[in-house]
Amino acid sequence: MNKLTGKLDNPPANKSTQELIIEGAGCASCVGKIELALKSIPDVDNAEMNFALRTVSVTGQVGAERLIKTIEAIGYNAKSANETSDNELLDEKEIVDQKYYSSLMRQMWIALGLGVPLMIYSIAGGPMTVDTTLERGIWLFIGLLCAAIMYFAGKHFYVGAWKSFINHTANMDTLIALGTGTAWIYSMVVVFFPMALPEMARHVYFEATAMIIGLINLGLALEVKARGRTSDAIKRLIGLQAKTARVVRDKKEIDIAIEQVLLNDIVRVRPGEKIPVDGLVTQGHTSIDESMLTGEPMPVEKVEGDEIVAGTLNKSGSILFKATRVGKDTALAQIINMVKRAQNSKPPIGRLADIISAYFVPVIMITAVVSALVWLNFGPDPALAFAVVSATTVLIIACPCALGLATPMSVMVGVGKAAEAGVLIRNGEALQTASKITAMILDKTGTITEGAPKVTDVLIVDNNYTEEYILTVASSIESGSEHPLAQAIVESTIEKGLEPENVTDFHAIAGHGVEAIFKGQKLLFGNLKLMLKYGVALKDFVAQAQQLATEAKTPMYLAIDNKLAAIIAVSDPIKNDSIAAIKRLQANGIRVIMLTGDNIATANAVAKKVGITEVFAEVLPEDKANKVAELQAQGEIVGMTGDGINDAPALALANVGFAIGTGTDVAIESADITLMRGSLHGLADAIAVSKATLRNIKQNLFGAFIYNVAGVPFAAGVLYPFFGLLLNPVIAGAAMAFSSLTVVSNANRLRFFKPQDH
Amino acid sequence: MMVINLIGLALIALIVWWFWLYKPSKAVDSSVESITIVVNDGVYQPSRIKVAAGKKTTLQFFRKDGSPCAATVLFPDVEISEELPLEVNKSVELPPMSSGEYPFHCPMKMYTGTLIVE
Repeated sequence: MNKLTGKLDNPPANKSTQELIIEGAGCASCVGKIELALKSIPDVDNAEMNFALRTVSVTGQVGAERLIKTIEAIGYNAKSANETSDNELLDEKEIVDQKYYSSLMRQMWIALGLGVPLMIYSIAGGPMTVDTTLERGIWLFIGLLCAAIMYFAGKHFYVGAWKSFINHTANMDTLIALGTGTAWIYSMVVVFFPMALPEMARHVYFEATAMIIGLINLGLALEVKARGRTSDAIKRLIGLQAKTARVVRDKKEIDIAIEQVLLNDIVRVRPGEKIPVDGLVTQGHTSIDESMLTGEPMPVEKVEGDEIVAGTLNKSGSILFKATRVGKDTALAQIINMVKRAQNSKPPIGRLADIISAYFVPVIMITAVVSALVWLNFGPDPALAFAVVSATTVLIIACPCALGLATPMSVMVGVGKAAEAGVLIRNGEALQTASKITAMILDKTGTITEGAPKVTDVLIVDNNYTEEYILTVASSIESGSEHPLAQAIVESTIEKGLEPENVTDFHAIAGHGVEAIFKGQKLLFGNLKLMLKYGVALKDFVAQAQQLATEAKTPMYLAIDNKLAAIIAVSDPIKNDSIAAIKRLQANGIRVIMLTGDNIATANAVAKKVGITEVFAEVLPEDKANKVAELQAQGEIVGMTGDGINDAPALALANVGFAIGTGTDVAIESADITLMRGSLHGLADAIAVSKATLRNIKQNLFGAFIYNVAGVPFAAGVLYPFFGLLLNPVIAGAAMAFSSLTVVSNANRLRFFKPQDH
Repeated sequence: MMVINLIGLALIALIVWWFWLYKPSKAVDSSVESITIVVNDGVYQPSRIKVAAGKKTTLQFFRKDGSPCAATVLFPDVEISEELPLEVNKSVELPPMSSGEYPFHCPMKMYTGTLIVE
């Protein structure tokens, strides 16, 4: 038992001790109740609850399910603590892979131990024929040795082939078993009944059997190693999860396993530690590095009330926070889940390979039979030997694995690569379609712009006032208003450390602005119409205000005692990398269109700034989807980018919907592709990764097709009549072993893909 | 020679029948008996499983094969992919499905099975 985490280090196989995590046990009196309920189950020997850890360990011959039901019946929730976490699963997987690798390597050495000397003997010109009794004796011994090797080093092929045969399916094992089996059986026939065969056909192929088994085991072993690397990205994500958390229980801070953190627990995180679960800061302030999830390099400041997410790194301060999402509900757990699911889903391009795979093995078996028949009927002497060699070679060289691996391996790496860049791709189909996008609609507010209007300019007209004073006055008058622009002014003022004060006689004048009394001064704050209404002299400041409007800013006039004092401009600033990211999209030949509910003037001004020429302005939220349909009707493959909330119908209708997350507050389920950080570079990255992945898949599929299409006829001997060339079965075995390795290695190349610098 | 050719053709016919034309009818009904699908030696056993339509289903998997291919099971129609740890019972939950046949398989489709929903 590990005292620190309260978890069993090595749960016994028969699990006579069950560890449960209890939720909802708020008081010490619950302990007795829970223990009593559990002990009343006839098969339970003992139940002891650790209140601080909220765990109960139960001994007895009873399953976890029954225990959980009992606890639920008395009003608590429980879950098994013995469930394997992702981290443990990953460790275990690595151990399993390593074991599998070692066993394959051992089998390879056994098989090559016999195969290589025989091969050398044969290449050196040693007779492989059976003529004398002595030769029969020696070859019989070698044949039996070969049988032992087939058993010890190749049993898995034969068992697998047999099992799938009785299930009416065929796979790679079938081909290897048939190929090596044919060579061995023929050789044994030669040894036992040489006289039944023409003299020239009395040739043994034991070396082929042993070599093929050895080489294919080697290929599989190397493939296991290479495959391990394709899941690097998911490993990194899983590795972000903290293993323990420090929670405050009964006024004491204790370290517990992450699985035992409950909803609403208060958790302590010190500088340099990972955030263990999602939550809201309740005490302290700090800066948090979220780059591992969002790809955003700048640490984010967090104060009381701010949301923090599991897996990110606390940089500077010590904080307390309340757990709001734990276990499988944390954003990180959901991301991991989604990436895993997407990594195993197949883009449409892989479907053809799937269909071919389904017919592949039987077709190869038929090809082998046909090839043998052709050699027997039309081949030169020794026709029988040629028939056996060609059939064996056809069976061995065909590689259904390369075809089957081509798509999944690349998707695995590509989706993982995207996740590293903060781009979550929902499935293989989204991945493929993203690579073909021809038009991209960008929502303005929150996508191209920050989505939070700010004061951009304070133009002082009356030099009797300072900027601070103007802002204080403006925010004081606006603090009663709920208009977003008013809020922008109030927030900007507070950010500068200034406090709004009280105003009296506040009146809102619809469509104009507001008026109020502040420290005996009469204030007017609003648009041009308001100033004209009260006859405020504007002189040439109207032109300056108009200039601000063409810069996509909204100008507001402030008059004090009927004299113009200042012009304050508010705008929703464009994200600082939007321009560069839009350029990247356009450089890819994508038609970029801006969509907004704003008025045409502001929309055009923003579009001009970011280099977009096509604008859909004054679009009502419900019409956004129609605009997507319009473009689709023009034959475009449309990507739609929005914040995922009011854009949902448009995102759903688009060929690929991109939801843009701000920070880590992502609507993971809402779109085909989710961008974890606010930057539009994520879009260009997503498209670049999907293009690279699709290219990789095509290379793999092409390679696998060509390999089989060229290799099988060559093995059958189509070149023999012209060039006298017939493939050696051992070379076929080597080619087959390395063809699937090539596919995996090519997919691995994607790991080094980097989206363009930005 | 004639005999050999005939044997060859018969062999081809046999391959076509055995792997393509033969339609297995036997399926294990998960509502009648509790089943564990063993993943080993290239096959799911049992590989044809009947489940009730319109209800959530939980299937138990137990993987004995160490090869990486066997480590994931996919139900493409319901977008489910689950890792199957070696030699550990793993339950896979499936959403309610409408009647029909749904394939499940490993990422490379070397292991294949069919879910018969009715």
